[in-house]
Amino acid sequence: MISLTINGKRCTVDEDLTILEAAKLNGINIPHLCWLEGVHEFGSCRICVVEVEGARTLQASCITKVSEGMVVHTNSEKVRKARKVLYELLLSDHSKDCLSCKRNQSCELQELGRTLGIEETRFNGARSDYVLDSSVSITRDMSKCILCRRCVTVCNEIQGVGVLNAQNRGFQTVISPAMDLPIGSVNCAYCGQCTVVCPVGALKETDSIQDVWNAINDKKKRVVVQVAPAVRVAIGEEFGYEPGERVTGKLASALRALGFDDVFDTNFAADLTILEEGTELLTRVKRALTGKGAVLPMITSCSPGWIKYIEHTFPDELDHLSTCKSPHTMMGALVKSYYAKKIKVDPKDIFVVSIMPCTAKKTEIKRAEMKNDGYQNVDAVLTTRELAAMIKEAGIIFTELEDGKFDDPLGMSTGAADIFGVTGGVMEAALRTVYEMVTGRELPFEGLHVTPITGLEQVKEAGILIENPLPYYSFLDGVEIRVAVTSGLKGADQLMKDVAAGRSPYHFIEVMGCPGGCITGGGQPRSKDPQVRIKRLKGIYSEDESKALRKSHENPYITMLYDEFLGAPNSHLAHELLHTTYVRRGRFNELCNERFTVKGGIRKPRVAVSRASLSEDKNRTQVARMREDMESIRVLALEAENTRLKSELDDTLETMELFKKVISDYIGKHK
Amino acid sequence: MSKRPVPCTCLRSATSSKYSELDKIIELYKNKEGSLIQILHLAQEIYGHLPLELQQYIADSLDIPLSEVSGVITFYSFFSTKPRGEHTIRVCLGTACYVRGGKKIIERLSEILGVGLGETTKDGRFTFEIARCIGACGLAPAMMIDNVVYKQVNVNKLESILARY
Repeated sequence: MISLTINGKRCTVDEDLTILEAAKLNGINIPHLCWLEGVHEFGSCRICVVEVEGARTLQASCITKVSEGMVVHTNSEKVRKARKVLYELLLSDHSKDCLSCKRNQSCELQELGRTLGIEETRFNGARSDYVLDSSVSITRDMSKCILCRRCVTVCNEIQGVGVLNAQNRGFQTVISPAMDLPIGSVNCAYCGQCTVVCPVGALKETDSIQDVWNAINDKKKRVVVQVAPAVRVAIGEEFGYEPGERVTGKLASALRALGFDDVFDTNFAADLTILEEGTELLTRVKRALTGKGAVLPMITSCSPGWIKYIEHTFPDELDHLSTCKSPHTMMGALVKSYYAKKIKVDPKDIFVVSIMPCTAKKTEIKRAEMKNDGYQNVDAVLTTRELAAMIKEAGIIFTELEDGKFDDPLGMSTGAADIFGVTGGVMEAALRTVYEMVTGRELPFEGLHVTPITGLEQVKEAGILIENPLPYYSFLDGVEIRVAVTSGLKGADQLMKDVAAGRSPYHFIEVMGCPGGCITGGGQPRSKDPQVRIKRLKGIYSEDESKALRKSHENPYITMLYDEFLGAPNSHLAHELLHTTYVRRGRFNELCNERFTVKGGIRKPRVAVSRASLSEDKNRTQVARMREDMESIRVLALEAENTRLKSELDDTLETMELFKKVISDYIGKHK
Repeated sequence: MSKRPVPCTCLRSATSSKYSELDKIIELYKNKEGSLIQILHLAQEIYGHLPLELQQYIADSLDIPLSEVSGVITFYSFFSTKPRGEHTIRVCLGTACYVRGGKKIIERLSEILGVGLGETTKDGRFTFEIARCIGACGLAPAMMIDNVVYKQVNVNKLESILARY
């Protein structure tokens, strides 16, 4: 413990704290922008500067550690002036169209301006050229980027993917993939973690809201919606609830109020996934133990960010992946086959919307493999944030909604499905079912929770000893099933290096692309609560515990589905509808031609963006835009010519002066 | 649990002969932290410039993100991602050379070479750039071709200077 003085107040704090943290503990808020607790502590924006007595310059309080006897002023005239200038400089290269920005009123830059009491922007200098780059999942609008580098930290340090980095230097600096490659063409996993930490509207999900409105408004379409487990413990935050508070009932009502025809639950498909994946695991283990040979460990395939990552980074290890599709695409496939037959609707008139905590799912549904009979399994994916925006736009007062229910037959689920939303959940759900299938007894853990693999650590592992199995599974007697769980792509990389080297000791590995699992997915509400992950995690587990049925194989509608339609887990029909294949992509996408760039998604306006696109006639706007571009180019050319002529004139005048001088010297000498 | 112990080698095997010289350098620096700039430096010396394909090869060999490699390359003006000519012409535009007619030299040179600043001639012989003071102010206007300084250049001398290359 050391003591220091902040704004005249004596404080005693831990010695490894920064000034910013020490001030916070003592009730003093230092305005800051790029600093993000536990993620980005880097000092790139300098907004948090403070005066430290004895120091030559102002210090960035987010990276300066406290020391004994330090005297700090966080609110002196000098500090306040410096902050304002820094803020105004940030604004000078920021497109200030706040009223028409997706982050309007949820923008950290905007909020900071209010905190600092900014009322003018004095600096109107040059604006850097910018890029608008859209992939199916993520859109980059670099006119709004303030170079805080939170996304760079998340992409490189936390996820270990490294798609985004600062390119060029000085005024030309841009946060971008290598060599200005479009984000849709590189090895981005589309995990969307960058969109969660971006303080402004520079990184965001590619909008699908209008597509969904169009489908809802189309009278001929039967619009089916499904919700992922992690959405129900997070969407409440957009309406003032605490993180982790379960709003499942209200969510179902809100979806109905929005005009969806059927409100289903992705949880149902999660239960189905457990039966398909559990069966696949037992088949692989049996083949391995009986000497027939099988690829182990088997790795889960629910997280499309993880799938894209492994396809790029470990293209030779794809046979480790379970062949199961992710739950929401399973659901889509079932809606357009089983359910379509039930309600006698042509699958071409069905439009399936998935509400997901995820940006990678937007890309997943466009993959060539996610189709059956020529129809995309899922037609549109909305992130949790997008759904909240739609609910607000529709004027639905979320907090006052009655609790509703999901529709049958694809809306019923067990507690095992709920925990898909959190790291370790798929593994736990699978073990609950597999253990019981093999031994006929319940999983021997209190509350059915496999405690070694619950929690938020990066890599977790457990071993489960099989004793006295049912006769059919006698080959498993005395075998310890070893499992590992990881979330976040950096952890996945660790486990995969062992898998690739053939030294992985596990039978089954669960990987989720985002740290903590889907609860903190790239499409979830941006939260300022540092405890958000643990709160949402608790929410998920309490949803699980609130259910009467907590094991996937107990779901009566799953049994019915197999009886009426699929036959048995891993049957031929199940394989056709619910299983998939993977694509070798390579680190630089060199092994495959599939790209996820939105057509015309990359634009580089040189002067000002023409806003003519509001006009109905696309051709006309294009002509108008071309004409405007031509005009601006002509103006630039004329200006350049003008400058050139002026400088030439100056040169000539200078030369004339020289000549005059020489002549007068000459005359002077000869007199 | 039995797998090939090799990471992806697709890039390497396809281009192994092309980059064999670079392999030796990478091998030398591989495990030293902060040696990326040194490797890029030597790579540019061997191959003249650093195109995307070469950047990918370096990123893959060092197991670092491509965006990091290109970030370093685009940060330093010494590195070039476009092919460079056999010889580099740098006309000084420091204050002294500017005043003594550096601009006219540039205009005339770009006429002779048929390219603008920062570009390379079609036959790949010259890359045409400007320099900010090469420390030869007393000899202004000056220019450099590769490592040779030409003093008190004027537009009439240019053709005979270029003829030496």
